[in-house]
Amino acid sequence: MININKIYQWSRTNLFSNWYNSLLSLIIVFAFIKFIPPLLNWLFFDATFRGSSKAECYGDGACWIFIKVWFQKLIYGLYPENQVWRINLAFLILIFSVITSIFVKPTIRRYIIIFLIFVFPFLAIWLIGGFAIDIESLEIYIPILEEVDTRVWGGLSLTFIIAIFAMLFCFPIGIILALGRRSELPAIKYSSIVFIEFWRGVPLITVLFMASVMFPLFLPGDTNVDKLMRCVIGITLFEAAYMAEVVRGGLQALPRGQYDAAKSLGMGYWQMNALIILPQALKIVIPGIANTFIALFKDTPLILVVGLLEFLGMIKLAGANPDWLGFAVEGYVFAATVYWIFCFSMSRYSQRLEIRFSTERK
Amino acid sequence: MIFKNHILRANEFIAERPKLQYYLPQALTLFFIVFVIGYFSFNAGVNMEDQGMETGFSFLGGEAQFDIQFHLIDYHGGMTYGRAYLVGLLNTILVAVLGIFFATILGVTIGIARLSTNFLVSRIAEWYVEMFRNIPLLLQLFFWYFAALRALPPPKESYIFFDFAILNIKGLYIPEFVWTNFNAFFYSILVSIVIVVLFIIWAKKIQERTGKQYRKFAISSGIIIIIPFLSIIIGGVGLEFIHPELKQISETIFNYEGGSKAIPELLALVVALAMYTSTFIAECVRAGIEGITKGQKEAAASIGLTPGQILRLVIIPQALRIIIPPTTNQYLNLTKNSSLAAAIAYPDIVLVFAGTALMQTGRAIEIISITMLSYLTLSITISILMNWYNKKMAIKEK
Repeated sequence: MININKIYQWSRTNLFSNWYNSLLSLIIVFAFIKFIPPLLNWLFFDATFRGSSKAECYGDGACWIFIKVWFQKLIYGLYPENQVWRINLAFLILIFSVITSIFVKPTIRRYIIIFLIFVFPFLAIWLIGGFAIDIESLEIYIPILEEVDTRVWGGLSLTFIIAIFAMLFCFPIGIILALGRRSELPAIKYSSIVFIEFWRGVPLITVLFMASVMFPLFLPGDTNVDKLMRCVIGITLFEAAYMAEVVRGGLQALPRGQYDAAKSLGMGYWQMNALIILPQALKIVIPGIANTFIALFKDTPLILVVGLLEFLGMIKLAGANPDWLGFAVEGYVFAATVYWIFCFSMSRYSQRLEIRFSTERK
Repeated sequence: MIFKNHILRANEFIAERPKLQYYLPQALTLFFIVFVIGYFSFNAGVNMEDQGMETGFSFLGGEAQFDIQFHLIDYHGGMTYGRAYLVGLLNTILVAVLGIFFATILGVTIGIARLSTNFLVSRIAEWYVEMFRNIPLLLQLFFWYFAALRALPPPKESYIFFDFAILNIKGLYIPEFVWTNFNAFFYSILVSIVIVVLFIIWAKKIQERTGKQYRKFAISSGIIIIIPFLSIIIGGVGLEFIHPELKQISETIFNYEGGSKAIPELLALVVALAMYTSTFIAECVRAGIEGITKGQKEAAASIGLTPGQILRLVIIPQALRIIIPPTTNQYLNLTKNSSLAAAIAYPDIVLVFAGTALMQTGRAIEIISITMLSYLTLSITISILMNWYNKKMAIKEK
């Protein structure tokens, strides 16, 4: 009862403040009434959730059976089904260590972070790729985990593998490039500039083409670098150039006094950057770093142009299956939702971090 | 410990010699770069000799022997690879220009809408930005191409807009413009632009000297309208439309013929690129407008400027200064992202040249280098243009 007046006041100022705002509001409300119910009907009320074949889809709604049947493949790609636990284990370790790092004391957290950065990536690759103890001179060959070729890796797990690796490596490379670009030594400065501007000037697709078609020509004939690895290297270098520009922004924002103060304490170049300059500079550019990571995550589907099938690639493959033609919309809506959830939460998390650090500075 | 001592001593040794400090890192960097390049080219040379591959750019003169579905200049399979490259490059530029045009319009609209006092309008604009920014561009492209445009009706039941544009599953058709005496019209536009530029320079000089103001906008637009109009009357310039017509090809198959046609690949690409990039431009526009403090408007009003003058002379110039640099980056990104065309088979430079031509000739190094160089050139062109515009807009500190 009390609120009616408030609602009236609120809508008066926010919806109907003058004639064109009123008109706009009415048009929007009309559009909502016209388009939202059919959309909801298609998504949920008329949609088919139960069943296991295309024939069970009836009505005008979406056929979510399509997603259900292909779910395993969308997550794990063509990875052998009895080995899927290895991917699960790798990601469980990751999630577990991230969660524990939130709740433990800072002294222990440091070790967890070191583990995550220096040990976990290689552990995960061993787990997922498989390895064996192979000493040819002694003719010892003990397969510990069955080898799984990277060509069958795929789905959402591959998206994460690529994104995590590229993020992990593009960050330090970007910092070094940014420092290089601000260096007083001309040879280092100009080679960094050329490197950064080259990668920023070309599209990722040509980088991937280069990694898959041109790069093998540059290596000795008998070496065979895995295609997935070549693409990850390409993506890493590409994003590192963008990261370098973000970090450079932070470096430029620091006043000269910080450099002078560090030097007057007798610090050398590396000490000064590691202890004084970078901690402050990186804090300033948290939003930029997060945006680069989000961009990297959104760029991973591109690897399908060189024939690697991560999540979007698997959706496309599933939609092209002769038994499941005509479900492109369902597939893309599902993929869009998944990507959206991850990207949106990353951007919200970065905003939270930004707020936390900015209050610290006050 | 002994090791640590060695490092300390080495550090001391370097610290005492500033010249070494200056030259040693540079020499090491250069050595590293030369080594990497040398190693790669050595391997490339050996590999190509082993596989009996030829090098050089002579293949550009060879017959291409493949067709391109959509071309702005004359092209057929009997023409050279060089010509095919040109067709691809022009297609890329077409997508980039169209994409930038629509992304700017959409982005500015959404950016302003986000600041609207109307709750619903600003909320919808916000959700538009959050939604399309956080979905990979490739996925949006696939959605438009494989889902949305495939749902369009067949030619017989096309959507027709204002008797002008026709939209169906085969693409978008608009009438073809047929000019008579086009040259006269073209030159008249050129002449009027030159006159306007000269007039503005002259008016500025007069204003600086005497303070007298001319109505620059009204007079310039008058010149731009009147001179081409005169050319139409005197020069005999004519424009005719050739409307596309529905033809029955067989009993059940209909198709439109004549007119200009935009293939679905082009439509999907432009729609996806414009919507994706517009979210970023909208954020730039919003930041630019929000970046101007209220004091600016009040100061402008207090010296007696009219609301129109405040907008034109105080707010827009300052907002543009904040908006232009990040928007330039978005234009560059859009141009580079147009290469996603290859994923839906729009014949852009990547698909035609780095795809088909590479498969046929096997000249990986030459073709990828040319493609990358083309994009670098495009990027540099855009950033030079926008830097020039930015410099014009920047604060002139005296």
